Amino acid sequence: MPQPNVLILRAPGTNCDQETGYAFDLAGGNSSFVHINQLIEAPEMVRDYQILCLPGGFSYGDDIAAGRILASQMQSRLADVLSEFHASGKLILGICNGFQILIKSGFLLPSDDQGLPATLTWNDSGRFVDCWVNLKTDNDKCVFLNNIEQMYLPIAHAEGKFVPRNEQVLDQLKNDHQLALSYCLADGSDNEVTYPHNPNGSTANVAGVCDASGRIFGLMPHPERFIDPTHHPRWTREGNSAAGDGLALFQNAINFFND
Amino acid sequence: MVDSVTNTTTSSDESQTTQDQGTTTLWQVDIFPVAGQPNRLSTEVLDNAKDLRVDESLEVIAAHGFLIQGPLTHQDVARLTAELLVDPVVERCEFALVGSDSLSQPIGQLTNLLHVLPLPGVTDPQAESALMAMRHLGFPVDVVRTFKKFWTSALSETDQNLLHSKILCNDSIEMIVVGKLELDELQLGQAYEFSKRDIPLTDLPDEALMKISQDWTLSLSLIEMHTIRDHFESLGRAPTDIELESIAQTWSEHCSHKTLAGRISYRDENGERQFENMLKETIFSATMQIRSDLGERDWCVSVFKDNAGIVEFDDSYNIAFKVETHNRPSALEPYGGANTGIGGVIRDTLGTGLGAKPICNTDVFCFASPDTPFEELPPGVMHPRRIMKGVVSGVRDYGNRMGIPTVNGAVFFDERYVGNPLVFCGNVGLIPKEKSFKEVQPNDLIVSIGGKTGRDGIHGATFSSAELTESSDITSGGAVQIGNAITEKMLMDVLLIARDRELYSSVTDCGAGGYSSAVGEMGEELGAEVWLDRVPLKYDGLSYTEIWISEAQERMVFAIPESNWEQFEALCASESVEATVIGQFKPTGQLVLKFGDEIVGDVSMSMLHDGRPPIIREATYQPVPSSDLPSFEFKSTEEWTTDLCKILASPNVASKHWIIRQYDHEVQGGSVIKPLVGIQNDGPGDAAVVRPVLDSRRGLAVSCGMNPLYGDLDTYHMATSAIDEAIRNCVSVGADPTRIAILDNFCWGYTDRPETLGSLVRAAIACQDLSVVMQTPFISGKDSLHNEFSYTDDKGNRQTISIPSTLLISAMGQVPDVANCVTMDLKKAGNVLFQIGVTGDHLGGSHWTLVNEMSGGKVPTVDPQRAKQTFIHLHDAIQKGLVRSCHDMSEGGLAVAVAEMAFAGGLGAEISTNEVGIEILPSDPDSEINLSYATAALLFAESNTRFVVEIAPENVETFKSTMGDIDVQQLGTVVPQPKLTIEVAHNTVIQSDLMTLKNAWLGTLDWK
Repeated sequence: MPQPNVLILRAPGTNCDQETGYAFDLAGGNSSFVHINQLIEAPEMVRDYQILCLPGGFSYGDDIAAGRILASQMQSRLADVLSEFHASGKLILGICNGFQILIKSGFLLPSDDQGLPATLTWNDSGRFVDCWVNLKTDNDKCVFLNNIEQMYLPIAHAEGKFVPRNEQVLDQLKNDHQLALSYCLADGSDNEVTYPHNPNGSTANVAGVCDASGRIFGLMPHPERFIDPTHHPRWTREGNSAAGDGLALFQNAINFFND
Repeated sequence: MVDSVTNTTTSSDESQTTQDQGTTTLWQVDIFPVAGQPNRLSTEVLDNAKDLRVDESLEVIAAHGFLIQGPLTHQDVARLTAELLVDPVVERCEFALVGSDSLSQPIGQLTNLLHVLPLPGVTDPQAESALMAMRHLGFPVDVVRTFKKFWTSALSETDQNLLHSKILCNDSIEMIVVGKLELDELQLGQAYEFSKRDIPLTDLPDEALMKISQDWTLSLSLIEMHTIRDHFESLGRAPTDIELESIAQTWSEHCSHKTLAGRISYRDENGERQFENMLKETIFSATMQIRSDLGERDWCVSVFKDNAGIVEFDDSYNIAFKVETHNRPSALEPYGGANTGIGGVIRDTLGTGLGAKPICNTDVFCFASPDTPFEELPPGVMHPRRIMKGVVSGVRDYGNRMGIPTVNGAVFFDERYVGNPLVFCGNVGLIPKEKSFKEVQPNDLIVSIGGKTGRDGIHGATFSSAELTESSDITSGGAVQIGNAITEKMLMDVLLIARDRELYSSVTDCGAGGYSSAVGEMGEELGAEVWLDRVPLKYDGLSYTEIWISEAQERMVFAIPESNWEQFEALCASESVEATVIGQFKPTGQLVLKFGDEIVGDVSMSMLHDGRPPIIREATYQPVPSSDLPSFEFKSTEEWTTDLCKILASPNVASKHWIIRQYDHEVQGGSVIKPLVGIQNDGPGDAAVVRPVLDSRRGLAVSCGMNPLYGDLDTYHMATSAIDEAIRNCVSVGADPTRIAILDNFCWGYTDRPETLGSLVRAAIACQDLSVVMQTPFISGKDSLHNEFSYTDDKGNRQTISIPSTLLISAMGQVPDVANCVTMDLKKAGNVLFQIGVTGDHLGGSHWTLVNEMSGGKVPTVDPQRAKQTFIHLHDAIQKGLVRSCHDMSEGGLAVAVAEMAFAGGLGAEISTNEVGIEILPSDPDSEINLSYATAALLFAESNTRFVVEIAPENVETFKSTMGDIDVQQLGTVVPQPKLTIEVAHNTVIQSDLMTLKNAWLGTLDWK
């Protein structure tokens, strides 16, 4: 099988592009870095890729709200080509700022007659926070989380609190197995997952969401920051594991095309 | 999309039929959280009001919003709010034409309405982004401005003033509008009418010359004014304003370091020493000697000449390191000051060689206590808590947006920083070996990229060379700026691509002095002609001189061969970065400044760079008379334990998690040792380690050392202690002591006073002495002088507060293989604990004396040879994998080090100092008082070059033999019970459960 091509989208303020590309390559992909201006000029270039990844950062400074401006650009300039990309069975991943962009553009959870069904907003603390969190998966649908039950990954964001419009939206996403990733305690339980375990106050401890097909996935934690054993905050006391928890997510994306 | 306007209330008094397409209108959009969502802005105001003890009945409802100007209809604005500005899941908005009554209806009992807007010309990144996004969506928007809006309950006049001036608005960057906004249009600037201005100096009396220097904020001395006058007399003409400014910028303390690099006649208890160039003959000279000693093994690449120092890293890369201060701007506007401080130092490494890629930041701050009572603040001073919050947010927002991990830092509190907080921002960059040098070529184009030029920061360079007073916040407003990190991130992205495509021959950053310094430095060897009318401006109306000296942020200057310009321009355009040719480097030896066809300045490069008359200063050092600590009774176990808790809770030692967690310390994917370590990821690591090249195992460690309290006793030993501390922090995590490079940052009081300058020269001599023996080179440095604050007290007396002499040493170490890194948290019960190094009679300046409010005692010193050998042997033991944990002993000595290791590891320790030798005055060992003293010293003395290490029992013998003849004393063992017990002379002096110790340490700065 040829290596799947990964398009890592850059925009003013994107800043996790290099390490995310490195993670995809380590997993067996072939990453290219494409600036949003380039993509808007020649949108058909996405056809050369199997995976589109929106990496972390502060696109356009997160001005107005995190991810909003890039989301608006993608909506107005790239909607058709991205729908086609998705419809052809390909994968889209948004990490941190990428998740914010996917949510706010409606690519991940499309608008209905009341507008967007959910958003990511300011952490309850009102501040940026960098810490490690325990995560558990609902991998019934989400291609990226295949065979992953639990992960330990870092988060680093100010606006990562998942807020659905109402209970019905939440229930439906849950029943459809779209609430693919959630904050939990170290033992995997989800009773009283309070700060700092749920670092931002997300409703239902939601840390990542996939679309109805399971092929678009957005998450606040940074899997690319745990692909090496020495990324783990306690590797000097707990010893080396073979690889970081985050690598499996990238491998799943690559294997989706190789299997 | 009309549906999502359901949360939007629009005014009915502005019928959309009254707006014709094409008429410019000014709209106000107020954005509130929907019911059930927190109002963050209100909460912040209420928290700050509580700190300031404003009437508790205060109620606030806050909104943020946008002013939007353009030929827009009501429907256009409705679409803008729905598609761009408002998130209907969590927000709702109200909008109308500015001035509409619908926007000023009281909310319940809240009848006071206020708007806070950035002052005209102050950078407003949100507004810039919003404008761009609105235009992308096809709306004909001309100008956007952000604002904050507050409804408050009625307050007394005093409380209202407090709220306005101390909480809601910082008048150096913002303005407050009481009541509803009434503006016709947002406009900035006005047409500029060119007129060339000569400043005749001939025959002017000295007072008139000095008046010119002061009125223009040139900070030039009389001798310098004489030199300038004579120079232009010899040319037979008067200088123009821009020539005078260019000279003032180039000769400023900030740009030329004229005091420390000047002639100094120094006298201390050992005699006299004459310096022609003090820095060159002490710190630079040490590095030159080390390089020559190393011969072929010299690993320094470029020191003390570029924007940052460069040393070798691996076969492909070198690393650059620079630490800057941004003190005065941070005193006036902490957020903007810190913001532009970190932005500036990042441009320093970007502008080093042909451009280094920034890989990590370090930030060190000095403040007065955040608990300082308001009534004790001198007039015109911002409360230290507000300064600290602003500085931390400023560093956070800029560093995080740049995608550079902030991995190291320190905060030091002392009341003498009340008027002059210190903000040190540092950056390490990775640079391909072959890109480490640059040279401007004749006829290269001078190209400016990044931000546009406005009146921002005019006279920052000369202002930073002057003393602060209570009226500085009024007179120096122009020197305060806000950064826009994304502009700099975009600039960085294209710089690194253009570097690898070899499109330019030289680059430097636009920092203090703006273009005048950047172009002046780059063209020093050749000459340059600058076309000031071509510089892209933020708004009209800037004079040619303002353009030349503006310190607008996020700009860099390139020298580009004409044949590459097209490619370079296309690259910039493809990433939406503005690039403009503003002149050409011409081999004339002259700096020619033109506005259109007019020559407005024509100065020789030699006058600029070599024409400054040397500064000659006197420096004297009078040793501080040594005094003994007052005697004290032997304390009970409880009292010694209380002392330990007090030190752990003292703000310099206490956990900085509130700050650290706000910084992204893992971006770029190379984090190896994080700032916080241990079983709950919250113990105080000695130094952070990153792996800057993702497919390599080689690591980089960054640490620092600083202790201004020692400087009160002797600045020589303060300096050597700071160097020792910075190195031992690096060595603790696994860095190779033979590959540590260090930087100096001197922040001092008024060095025109011989005794103040003397204390600095003494520290510089110490740096030279220790650096040479340790073979640890200084590679770059910076100074900030005249950090004093003057005011008139309530009795009408003039008072001056000088900061304590503060030397920050920043260290950059290298770890051959990160697999051998060590952290400070205890790992396993049963392991054996050792102290490395000797405890001396060093309680002077210690945190134990600080928390007990004692003075006197002996300052810690460094034995250079012993230190060097200790570091080498310890590194050997770490490399052999013998060391399970390692923690340097610094503030609080042995007791604090062991306590931190224990609670970080979640394991107890039982230790005794029975084996620990102490180098202490000969005395009667049975005397009660000396036992007290010895106990205090064993527990809390801050003697240098000491570590606590944890060794597995099976490795103890190998460890001891590896350490050779270095002093190693067994302390005790790691135990599973969460308890710390320390025995001295067979008395149990410390006994505590870990939770008590940890809570003391965590609680002090655990801000919400």
